[in-house]
Amino acid sequence: MKAAVIRFPGSNCDQDCHYALQHVFGIPTDYVWHKDSSLKGYDLVVLPGGFSYGDYLRCGAIARFSPIMKAVVDYANHGGLLIGICNGFQVLTESRLLPGALVRNRSLHFICEHRFLRVGATDNPFLNLAQPGQVLNLPIAHGEGNYTADQATLEELNANRQILVRYCDAQGVVSDAFNPNGSLNNIAGICNADRNVFGLMPHPERACEARLGSEDGNVIFQSILNHLGVRAVA
Amino acid sequence: MKARITVMPKKSVLDPQGVAVRDAISHHGFPQIQSVRIGKVMEIEIDDAGPQAEARLHEICTDLLSNPVIEDYVLQIEG
Repeated sequence: MKAAVIRFPGSNCDQDCHYALQHVFGIPTDYVWHKDSSLKGYDLVVLPGGFSYGDYLRCGAIARFSPIMKAVVDYANHGGLLIGICNGFQVLTESRLLPGALVRNRSLHFICEHRFLRVGATDNPFLNLAQPGQVLNLPIAHGEGNYTADQATLEELNANRQILVRYCDAQGVVSDAFNPNGSLNNIAGICNADRNVFGLMPHPERACEARLGSEDGNVIFQSILNHLGVRAVA
Repeated sequence: MKARITVMPKKSVLDPQGVAVRDAISHHGFPQIQSVRIGKVMEIEIDDAGPQAEARLHEICTDLLSNPVIEDYVLQIEG
């Protein structure tokens, strides 16, 4: 198995993603520069967090047209596993690989703290080793993580079990009181209808070792390995 | 050729920046202020881009300069 972490100008979570995949899980992982054109041979592609193109115009709006994105879209349309974290999630919505959009946090504040997430659907490559209703503790660090979509999209997301994680409290209660950014229905992460593309605002790669304060991000990486039938060599 | 593009958040999208500015205006001694919405204006200059220029600009507005999920745009050609 091989993984690719895409680097856009301004991406800054690429090394943490690489560390989680290569050092914690022993998956051979390459950095792929945004001007490259091929994703041949990869089983997992990661769009990391950061401030691609300085968040100019809109977060992820310019990265969406980077040369590598043709290959990313093609890869996703052929069923390849694709995960977008934070700015990566923003790139995915701008690319229309995921529905909806991420806008400015309701409070206008950049929020950098650990939050609880309630696992929704687990019948997908990214959370198949988790239990529905399981609570994960992952850090968030964003100013534009407020997920929004129209009513029709929301109904479709619910009907197709595409809402994978929602902000909640330590007991898994989902309510606006535990919503850090105003996201519609406390949505923190969704997948596409084909279930091969996952976008989430929280950072699983920052919760991959106990010394980071939480290892709860690992269930996502383990689920991906499980889905691909790969044993972690770490 | 010059063009002026105005991008505004859709009315259905919460504009917390607009709300913050409205409150600031109110505290600035103008409590009658009802609402504020904040967008962006882009001024574009193009070399002779041919008869398809305006259509092409609309495409660029939809693909890049605005996000149709959350924004509306107005394109004004200024000659």
